[in-house]
Amino acid sequence: MLLACKELSLGYDGHEIVHGLNFEIHSGDYLCIVGENGSGKSTLMKTILGLQSPVSGTVVTGDGLRQNEIGYLPQQTLVQRDFPASVWEIVLSGCQNRMGLRPFYGQKEKRLAKEAVEKLGLSPLTKRCYRELSGGQQQRVLLARALCATQKLLLLDEPVAGLDPKVTAEMYDMISNLHRDGVTIIMISHDIDAALRYATHILHVGKTVYYGTRDDYLQSEAGKIFLLQQKGGEAK
Amino acid sequence: MIEKLLWFLQQQYAQYALIVGVLIALCSSLLGVTLVLKRFSFIGDGLSHVAFGAMAIAAVLNLTNNMLLILPVTMLCAVLLLRTGQNAKIKGDAAVAMISVASLAFGYMLMNVFPSSSNVSRDVCTTLFGSSSILTLSQDKVWLCAVLSVVVVVLFVFFYNKIFSVTFDEAFARATGTKAGAYNLLLAIIIAVIIVLAMNLVGSLLISALVIFPALSAMRLFRSFKSVTVCSAILSVLCAFLGIIVSILAGTPVGSTIVAVDAAAFGICCLAGLVRRFARR
Repeated sequence: MLLACKELSLGYDGHEIVHGLNFEIHSGDYLCIVGENGSGKSTLMKTILGLQSPVSGTVVTGDGLRQNEIGYLPQQTLVQRDFPASVWEIVLSGCQNRMGLRPFYGQKEKRLAKEAVEKLGLSPLTKRCYRELSGGQQQRVLLARALCATQKLLLLDEPVAGLDPKVTAEMYDMISNLHRDGVTIIMISHDIDAALRYATHILHVGKTVYYGTRDDYLQSEAGKIFLLQQKGGEAK
Repeated sequence: MIEKLLWFLQQQYAQYALIVGVLIALCSSLLGVTLVLKRFSFIGDGLSHVAFGAMAIAAVLNLTNNMLLILPVTMLCAVLLLRTGQNAKIKGDAAVAMISVASLAFGYMLMNVFPSSSNVSRDVCTTLFGSSSILTLSQDKVWLCAVLSVVVVVLFVFFYNKIFSVTFDEAFARATGTKAGAYNLLLAIIIAVIIVLAMNLVGSLLISALVIFPALSAMRLFRSFKSVTVCSAILSVLCAFLGIIVSILAGTPVGSTIVAVDAAAFGICCLAGLVRRFARR
């Protein structure tokens, strides 16, 4: 068991939006979190990351995973859009969590960053400025940064938001490759098709909470209803 | 003219002014990049008004060393502004504006109700625009300024990488175990120290210019965080040096001359940036 949520209730300012979440994530899982807008997917992610405290219940880590060994691909913020920083500087900043009070990056951190850059095919871009890259390239840079922070567990918050179909497919492939290399993935997605294609487990948050393997989800009540809604939405 | 310049450079007050001016320009530009990127461009202005208010209180209380009051009060406000900036009920820019206007009004009122000298409006003008205070520095103040500047530069270099991660993506830094809150606190304290120092040079109204101009100019030219930081430090030092020399030779007010030079440098950098982009096509 890598991470477990026990009787977790989430919300803002004591106002509860999700109640009684129970699930475990094991090494090598690929979990997709699906659900309607405002159902608490992002809140759940922030809680797992320790950015926000739960209304009640606990998040526990296991298998020697420490709280600061969770890589994170956040949604882009306004600040980043015109931030003068090179790709290399950003990827390297992912190593910050292993620095403690040491002020400067050493050989080990640089090697780690180099590996992440190569893995995601960013080598020709390292000297480029982040704000001049395309949306897909920017997401890859942030993914490389997350890889520097951990090789164990990655949390991705809608990694393909705003990308065109071709780049979206590349992004999913890349994530899938990482998963094959042994990185555990937790991903928030609006894209139910992709979720069903790649994930091993599905967590559905909303009025009904469902957690189970991908195949079980397809057979479940919650899954059937949600799929129907999604398809209906697309048909319109 | 060269002779006149050389003569001035041998005068102690001119040497002091150059030392202090260059040091303050260096410190303020280092943090300017972070502040501009964090959308806190106006914090310099706001905090300098706080310092102005505190100075008025110190004058009323007849404190001999007014730094003892000004520095802690400004630090406190800086911490409040930067720490609550993220998810406060009153958002960053509004909070800065509120504190800034309130302390300016409060300080001016105090100075009028309890006049410490016969010419209140000249006093106010001096603190706000720093008209000539830099030319009348005592040796103690030069030392204080030198020591604090060294502390600021050392802290900045030591925490450079951490400041970068917290500025670029605070949520990521926090999630992966960097103590973002502590570094924000550190930033706030350093900024307060710089503001109080800079009041001696350009006066409180013009501090924002020292903080934002070099950073913005450097961002026109460079595209990595390190080169922007280095370039803004160099630009700021050059502009301050040039500004002080010009003001001594031409007899113009020091603060506004430095800002004018900074603004000119920004114009040149904009042009250079445009030319480069054009040349690349």
